[in-house]
Amino acid sequence: MTELPQSTERKLGLVIDLDTCVGCHACVISCKGWNTENYGAPLSDQRPYGEEPMGTFLNRVHSYEVQAPGQAAQTVHFPKSCLHCETAPCVTVCPTGASYKRAEDGIVLVNESSCIGCGLCAWACPYGARELDQAEGVMKKCTLCVDRIYNENLPEVDRVPSCVRTCPAGARHFGDFADPDSNVSKLTAERGGMDLMPELGTAPVNKYLPPRPKDSWDNEESILAPFLAPIAEEPKGFLGWLDKALEKI
Amino acid sequence: MHPAASVIIFTTLSGLGFGLLAWLGIDATPPTGWGAFGYFFIGFSFAVGGLMASTFHLGHPERAWRAFSQWKTSWLSREGICAVAALIVMGLYAAALVFFARHYVILGWIGTVLSLGTVFTTSMIYGQLKTIPRWNTPMTSVLYMTFAITGGALLSGKVAIACVLFFVAGLVQILWWKQGDSAFAERGTDLGTATGLGDRGTVRSMAHPHTSPNYLMREFVHVIGRKHAQKLRVISLILMAVLPVLLLMLPFHHIFAIAAVASHIAGVAVSRWLFFAEAEHVVGLYYGMR
Ligand code: SF4
Ligand code: SF4
Ligand code: SF4
Repeated sequence: MTELPQSTERKLGLVIDLDTCVGCHACVISCKGWNTENYGAPLSDQRPYGEEPMGTFLNRVHSYEVQAPGQAAQTVHFPKSCLHCETAPCVTVCPTGASYKRAEDGIVLVNESSCIGCGLCAWACPYGARELDQAEGVMKKCTLCVDRIYNENLPEVDRVPSCVRTCPAGARHFGDFADPDSNVSKLTAERGGMDLMPELGTAPVNKYLPPRPKDSWDNEESILAPFLAPIAEEPKGFLGWLDKALEKI
Repeated sequence: MHPAASVIIFTTLSGLGFGLLAWLGIDATPPTGWGAFGYFFIGFSFAVGGLMASTFHLGHPERAWRAFSQWKTSWLSREGICAVAALIVMGLYAAALVFFARHYVILGWIGTVLSLGTVFTTSMIYGQLKTIPRWNTPMTSVLYMTFAITGGALLSGKVAIACVLFFVAGLVQILWWKQGDSAFAERGTDLGTATGLGDRGTVRSMAHPHTSPNYLMREFVHVIGRKHAQKLRVISLILMAVLPVLLLMLPFHHIFAIAAVASHIAGVAVSRWLFFAEAEHVVGLYYGMR
């Protein structure tokens, strides 16, 4: 049903650390790999070796440049997937009931056998987290790897979303935001986790940790600095003669 | 937004069709027999034709029946229900007039309410979307309703009323454009709020996730369409309102009447093309576009 639950028992989601992400796209590949072989229709590609290849991805990494006036520009890599919003507009617009938010853990899912592929849910999502698979004609989105996190056939260490398991930088964290003592709640509190487009009222569950301030060299001098002072301010001897001679030319 | 032909045909034709049915439903002295058949045939073919066109862009049209289930939250579902109810009630009303020359007034009024309800629910599918600031206003419903009522008046031969309504429709259209032009800026969403990095400085998209455009960019970012927007707005107004009025003021002739209808439909279609082509979805921001 497309009515949103009043509240969910748990609020599973991701914390993405923009300070740590190196933009390697490993999470994109592991997401595509896992999700094309498991839950629902495979994630198709169109013209993969041709002109303008296109494909369905549930996780994409953007790269931005942030520049404060008078300062050096900073590169921020920005992974983006479904934020499993609490007031998910994508769910309420769905005419078939294919889209739903689970009351037990807050995961937003698509029941692909009911989806008519109208695309309206993708129109309603501000974050571009839903993509209509061009081969299957059904809506695809991040499932928070619902088929991994509860999967007792997997070793315990693998019972996290594929992107989290893969990230070589430790920039992705998975946990329950309803529990104030969880890893993700603590990280969000410590590092000032942010919502994306809060003005649209979607109340995203996933949080983004802002980049930490960069080190600066202003007013800081190495203890070795005195020894590094230039020795010959004015060239003498042969170099001095050469310098003068060259200047005269 | 990508201006898909199927949605433009759908909203243009079904709006006109339900507008005509709405006028026929409240007509105190409706036509009967073959005359009635002609009017209802036009109304039904536009309304049903439009609805059929709207299923062309579905990934799984064979499951379309499922779309009637989520009326509690979904405007698309409500539209489906309203449309089918309007067609059934109007079908009965029309059958009584065409075959038995019977005029069931109540049935007609119910049919009119349902027909206008269908146009309203269609408008809400677009008007509800916070992600597209230009559409996200009650004025979108006013626009759709005015167009349907105007086109319906024209098709049902209510020339005097239609001439007044052309003026109203043109005015509503201009107001909607004017409001829409500043809607995105007023919403306050930019790449700064989209990334949460806006308070640190100016944010610029440096690299897209992939080297070629994806579904999101094709569906939601349509920059080329806006180049000639101003000219198309004028063309739309002339075709939709000005030309039909001039044609209807000429001494009556069937050719002029048909030309007025054709011009109006073309004008509404241009307006609908602009409705999509000019609409900017906030997701474009993530790609450094609008
Ligand atoms: S991020 Fe988009 S798809 Fe995911 S819950 Fe929010 S609105 Fe829906
Ligand atoms: S595309 Fe599928 S999931 Fe999305 S709104 Fe339409 S029916 Fe629902
Ligand atoms: S795998 Fe980790 S570091 Fe690499 S792009 Fe994804 S989040 Fe960033």
